[in-house]
Amino acid sequence: MIRLSLAYLRDRALNTALNIILLALGVASLVILLLFSSQLENRFDRDSQGIDMVVGAKGSPLQLILSSVYHVDIPTGNVPLETVDLLRRQMGVAEAIPLALGDSFRSFRIVGTEPAYPALMGAALADGRMFAKPMEAVIGAEVAARTGAGLGQRFVGGHGMGGGDEGPKHEETPFIVVGRLKPTGTVIDRLILTRIESVWAVHGIEAPHDEHAGEDHDHAHEAGGHDHEGETAEEHAAHVSPAEVTSVLVRFGSPIAAVRLPGFINRQTNLQSAVPAVEVSRLLALVGVGLDAVRAFAVLLMLTAGLSIFVALLTALKEREGDMAMLRVIGASRAAIIGQVASEGLILAAAGTALGLALGHGVIGLAAANFEQLHQLGLNALAFHPGEAIIAAAALAIGLIAALIPAFRVLQSDIAETLANSR
Amino acid sequence: MPPADSSATASHIAGPLVETRGLSHVRDGRTVMRMGDWQLQRRAHALLLGPSGSGKTTFINIATGLLTPSHGAIDIAGQPMSALPPAKRDALRRATIGLVFQTLRLIPALSVNANLALAQKLALGRVDQPEIDRLIDRVGLSHRAHARPRQLSQGEGQRAAIARALVTRPQLVVADEPTSALDDANAHRVIDLMFEAADATGATLLVATHDGRIADRFTNRLNLVVPA
Repeated sequence: MIRLSLAYLRDRALNTALNIILLALGVASLVILLLFSSQLENRFDRDSQGIDMVVGAKGSPLQLILSSVYHVDIPTGNVPLETVDLLRRQMGVAEAIPLALGDSFRSFRIVGTEPAYPALMGAALADGRMFAKPMEAVIGAEVAARTGAGLGQRFVGGHGMGGGDEGPKHEETPFIVVGRLKPTGTVIDRLILTRIESVWAVHGIEAPHDEHAGEDHDHAHEAGGHDHEGETAEEHAAHVSPAEVTSVLVRFGSPIAAVRLPGFINRQTNLQSAVPAVEVSRLLALVGVGLDAVRAFAVLLMLTAGLSIFVALLTALKEREGDMAMLRVIGASRAAIIGQVASEGLILAAAGTALGLALGHGVIGLAAANFEQLHQLGLNALAFHPGEAIIAAAALAIGLIAALIPAFRVLQSDIAETLANSR
Repeated sequence: MPPADSSATASHIAGPLVETRGLSHVRDGRTVMRMGDWQLQRRAHALLLGPSGSGKTTFINIATGLLTPSHGAIDIAGQPMSALPPAKRDALRRATIGLVFQTLRLIPALSVNANLALAQKLALGRVDQPEIDRLIDRVGLSHRAHARPRQLSQGEGQRAAIARALVTRPQLVVADEPTSALDDANAHRVIDLMFEAADATGATLLVATHDGRIADRFTNRLNLVVPA
């Protein structure tokens, strides 16, 4: 009977193909949305694990979180190095880890920090050792994989955090790779970690306001306000100056700190605090409205596909009333007829679902491969979400229901009558 | 003391293949078919002749268990077809009867070969490919075994339908107007084929028609008249 179902489907191949595609598009849209939003949230959660608060220069708190926790946006500016000690002295602060941003190597960000940062992110060394002296660097797993850098490899950081290496290079102060991290599935895979002093050294720690390499690298303390050739004010602000850090990641030791500290920080003239969880939920709420609209559209698409299968089977079965009566006469039971029609609907739905899942994952994979931004967000085409099972089940149910209604209708008709009419 | 089914076997070897007793059918207060008592012996191919409205199709529906007669009873191969519940009727029809219709012949989505295989699968629960090949060859369609029904001519289609009816090795082949849609040459060819194939498989034919062209081919004829 399955073979008969396949034969019928093949018999109206165009119609079958269209219905499969229609359903596949609906399934794919839902899968893409599901994977996108879940992987995004998942990524957001993992990257901010253990970071209770970020302290940085005044500006957009969301920008501060994006730049210091997720390493996607440009920093808000710099804060004095003393901020780190100030924070460490506060009650309820378990850890305060400084970050100094501003340079990159082949679009991987170079982060001046302390060994406590990879420890906080749960990153262990795959080989080599942790950075100890200035200009020693530990690279994330993806950096290692994509650049092919091994231990002892020297490289030169580029100024700025843009996509490529178009920024001016710091040729005279090369880094040396002393360690490589195991993959963690977090943002640290794409970072190059070094001591804060290295970042300062690159920009001349001993002579803070020195120009180097003939470039006008004036690392002023104030954000913006300087005419800085070849750089935007933001890039300039983002660029770390000696005795300054970009931001400080804070882990609380007691819940009191969560209540007391943000207010304390925000009262300081140059500082602002931002809580990753709050900013991320704000961001997701903003994006979420759009996602909901698209999701509703995808559900509509899937229902349309169901309706289309229903109409297709209804008309097909109407044409086949004679066939069905004949099948009954030559020995097919009622159950067999229902089974045959149901299997037709299910085959359609299953094909649509399978194609939709493949399409959804394919699109995610293509998007991740072609858009660096999405790749950096950690989109993974091979990751499956339990929600996909629900989408698949819903699609199959739609196919089954669309098939069964016409099947029962046909069965209720009188065989003798049908035969008489089609004879 | 022989078990019940061995006596049934005995009766369907000895007794008539079709037996009606006081059979008539009333629909909407009007008698649409009146048959009375009639017997069809094995191998005595019968022609059921009558004009439109004489109840030929009604009789075929009753004989194949698709319709319950309002009066009387009919036995098929010793089994009380008209008294059985629907599922048993289906089983009896599957086991004993092959059907040939006037125009409704094969499932259009399947090849001739697949149609025969499906019929076997439904009736016998298995596919006997050598038997299928033999029958397709016998009806002269070997070269069209993998053609779709709509690619066949009228005559070829009816020959394929005969093969389909016989492929389950039924004791009784019921044909409703098998030749009415065919031209003279094809009508004779088809009826020849039916005799030949029925004799080869041991089946008994019961052909209902108003087609006078094939009437003289049967010695066992039953004339139905439009009930008064």
